[in-house]
Amino acid sequence: MRKAFPILGVLTAIFLSYALYLALVVAPREQTMGDVQRIFYYHVPSAWTAFLLFFINFLASVQYLVRRNPSTDKVANWILITVAVVTCIASVVIALVPSLKEAMPKDVEPSAIGTTGVIIAAAYFVIRKFFSVEAVDALAVTTAEVGVVFCTVVLVTGPLWARPVWGIWWTWDVRLTSTLVLWLIYVSYLILRRYSSSGQTPVMAASLAVFGALDVPLVYFSIWIFRTQHPQPVVGGGGSIDPRMLHVLLMNWLAFLCFAYLVCWSRYRLEIMKREVEEAQALQSL
Amino acid sequence: MNFLYAAYGATWAIHIVYLITVFQRYSELNREVDELNKK
Repeated sequence: MRKAFPILGVLTAIFLSYALYLALVVAPREQTMGDVQRIFYYHVPSAWTAFLLFFINFLASVQYLVRRNPSTDKVANWILITVAVVTCIASVVIALVPSLKEAMPKDVEPSAIGTTGVIIAAAYFVIRKFFSVEAVDALAVTTAEVGVVFCTVVLVTGPLWARPVWGIWWTWDVRLTSTLVLWLIYVSYLILRRYSSSGQTPVMAASLAVFGALDVPLVYFSIWIFRTQHPQPVVGGGGSIDPRMLHVLLMNWLAFLCFAYLVCWSRYRLEIMKREVEEAQALQSL
Repeated sequence: MNFLYAAYGATWAIHIVYLITVFQRYSELNREVDELNKK
């Protein structure tokens, strides 16, 4: 990965430039909001990337808590397998029972439930395979920090879009408030990691992260459930979007994911290096 | 359009500032590794 990093860096820069070109030039001009709507191509991908990073942080934090004990590790593995199986069965049952299918939110297929369960379990086991218990803690710090950066972008670009469109910089509606709360939770996680010198810091931080991650689905589904100042969903949840805009949105998201991957890799290497240096310094002082 | 460019500019300013802090921490750690090697 180290040798490939410069090449991947250049490719990502080219991809980001292309995504920027798509957002500023190729994407059609929105009828009501005009060109300021193009902030959408940075605001939404940043939000989705932040949610993904906080999700990985959640899995890494859970793993750090359960993997230190072989019995809890085994129980957690079986719980994840059960979640995947049960959600798949639930998808089939909902698809076959008309009354249950009607109760589903608009435009959400029953298969989404099974897919979500399988993805959560698969992501958990992939992280488990490639990261040791100590490494998974480093992964948690990395994804929290980079997630906060992307969430900061969301909280900055949102008001910059809101001001010309709504006439206000901010409002305390569910989506905006829950996103701010999410940002505050993870900033407090980082402050705890940075300034606490207790040996239990990783455990406390992992516990905070597990509960903080519960805010992520609240942020995401808030506009599905409540009527808010924030626009209703355009992808899923009964929303619709011009196919050309969807293409530009997804390309920008993919470009930001590549960028986030490289940033996370750099930050993860830094964290591993920091731990090795601290260990060497501790050994030297003995 | 000013808000559009401000949003795009702010996005990259935030990312660049963060990357600078990461590389600064790298440099600091490399200095500590050199000191450890000298000892």
